[in-house]
Amino acid sequence: MTDRVPGFSTLAVHAGAQPDPTTGARATPIYQTTSFVFNDADHAASLFGLQAFGNIYTRIGNPTTAVLEERVAALEGGTAALAVASGHAAQVVVLQQLLMPGDEFIAARKLYGGSINQFTHAFKSFGWNVAWADPDDIGSFERAVTPKTRAIFIESIANPAGSITDIEAIAEVARKAGVPLIVDNTLATPYLIRPIDHGADIVVHSLTKFLGGHGNSIGGIIVDAGTFDWSKDSKYPMLCEPRPEYHGIRIQETFGNFAFAIACRVLGLRDLGPAISPFNAFLILTGIETLPLRMQKHCENAKAVAEFLSGHRAVAAVNYAGLADDKYNKLARKYAPKGAGAVFTFGLKGGYDAGVSLVSKLKLFSHLANVGDTRSLVIHPASTTHSQLDDAAKVKSGAAPEVVRLSIGIEDKEDLIADLDQALSA
Amino acid sequence: MNHDAYDDDYIRGILNGVKSIAMVGASPVNVRPSYFAFKYLAQRGYDMIPVNPGHVGKLLLGKPFVAALSDIGGPVDMIDIFRNSSHIIPVVEEALKLTPLPKVIWMQLGARDDAAAGKAEAAGLKVVMNRCPKIEYGRLSSEISWMGVNSRTLSSKRAPIPTQGMRLSLNRSSLGGGETAASNRAAKKSEPT
Ligand SMILES: Cc1ncc(COP(=O)(O)O)c(C=O)c1O
Repeated sequence: MTDRVPGFSTLAVHAGAQPDPTTGARATPIYQTTSFVFNDADHAASLFGLQAFGNIYTRIGNPTTAVLEERVAALEGGTAALAVASGHAAQVVVLQQLLMPGDEFIAARKLYGGSINQFTHAFKSFGWNVAWADPDDIGSFERAVTPKTRAIFIESIANPAGSITDIEAIAEVARKAGVPLIVDNTLATPYLIRPIDHGADIVVHSLTKFLGGHGNSIGGIIVDAGTFDWSKDSKYPMLCEPRPEYHGIRIQETFGNFAFAIACRVLGLRDLGPAISPFNAFLILTGIETLPLRMQKHCENAKAVAEFLSGHRAVAAVNYAGLADDKYNKLARKYAPKGAGAVFTFGLKGGYDAGVSLVSKLKLFSHLANVGDTRSLVIHPASTTHSQLDDAAKVKSGAAPEVVRLSIGIEDKEDLIADLDQALSA
Repeated sequence: MNHDAYDDDYIRGILNGVKSIAMVGASPVNVRPSYFAFKYLAQRGYDMIPVNPGHVGKLLLGKPFVAALSDIGGPVDMIDIFRNSSHIIPVVEEALKLTPLPKVIWMQLGARDDAAAGKAEAAGLKVVMNRCPKIEYGRLSSEISWMGVNSRTLSSKRAPIPTQGMRLSLNRSSLGGGETAASNRAAKKSEPT
């Protein structure tokens, strides 16, 4: 009974889900409950001691959420996953397993503005120090490695400019440094890029974006590739030392190639507490069923809009890796042959004021701070998401004053082009 | 036999076929991985026998410890070895002296000895290395999915409600036996060098 290997779209619909044992319900039920009864005292002790599989309390795990976790793990080609309350929570939980106060991690300078803030300010108060590197200069990652480095963090397709990162080259730096590579795959989704196939050890997502896809739920997820050997040295005490909070269990030795996901659950989520609601897990799970169809349409529309903008007289430049003459087109063809995503930026000849004005004149595009919705979205990063950065940092992270970011939805592309045309001409 | 990446069918055949498992190196300490696996496999209906000369005279979940495989005093289907790679060969040699011979030698997560595996295979036994039977049983039955683990299986059939001592169906359809790029890389990395 060697079965054929199902394709991506089949996994997007089926992985992790099974008709409900009690009722036969075919859609995944929403287990909207805080807690689960134990069979007896021994069962309870087994569950708390991590000796048995099963549910205790929704802060630690939930059957609806578990389906979401297995589905994303399957789509990414990982060994296990852990869903949490937001993309930002996923980042905190991951780094809490890897860094002790005084340790360092290297992060690509081109990141979602919120991540730049989180790494620079919030993490500083935990004693986790970030060293920035330039994803367009692989040598800058090598030069940033020190004996205190514990991880490297990059985005596959970087927010806001939609630039493509050379994952394999940076994975090689991580391998030589003996640290895991963490890839935020939010803007690509596993439909466009599977970072684990290119050497990532951990993948994180904001599920809030394309995976959920409908702009209705905040969520995040951590995928363990199962590739990193945590036992090699004592750099990672959360994984390889006896854990006093579990009577001396060593997570790595007990859980093998999904130990990282378990550490995130039983040491991170359990103690920090950012659990996703089962209802959000259900909505995101439903969104994932149409991920392949939506991503095809998102990418097709984005390319058409980018082509239209690059021919417009009010536009100074378009940064879309799907355009043949774009700086990142070669990397896009290697890493994302099905499409370069649907988030990109363009510059207006009229500068900061023209950016503010365009946003106010659009009728179909919504002005808001999100990406990856069915609806098309627009934002002027310099006056919003990236406004806390100084001018030099704005330029470095792809959010110069004249830059406008679009997240292209799945409407009819002709309508999107017409809306942009009227707003640019008015 | 490729010991880097096992077909799900191979593992499924073993776990469906064996009834009694002697666990060499079983520990009565309830935070040791061997204790976890012993308890789970007993709950799933296997006849478990703890083997550890350091604990003779004690019980592990109601089962008396024996000092050596030769003390079991009856046929046993599978030997699950909870020892480091360097302690595998004497256990396999002892197993190969049993009559009737066991059907399977299983070495735990992290343990691998290709020479010992070769001897057992030459005697007609099946061998699994560097895997945990609890994890594999949980994965193939999808019971492990409660923890967000990728079972790498699919099923459109109604799931059973697991109860104490119940054997679960392991016959879900497999997604290519786990030969993902990631699991291959993991297997390669854990090879002794
Ligand atoms: C690439 C990327 N990573 C992480 C996040 C943070 O996710 P969340 O808002 O779900 O916390 C975002 C949100 O915009 C993002 O775009």
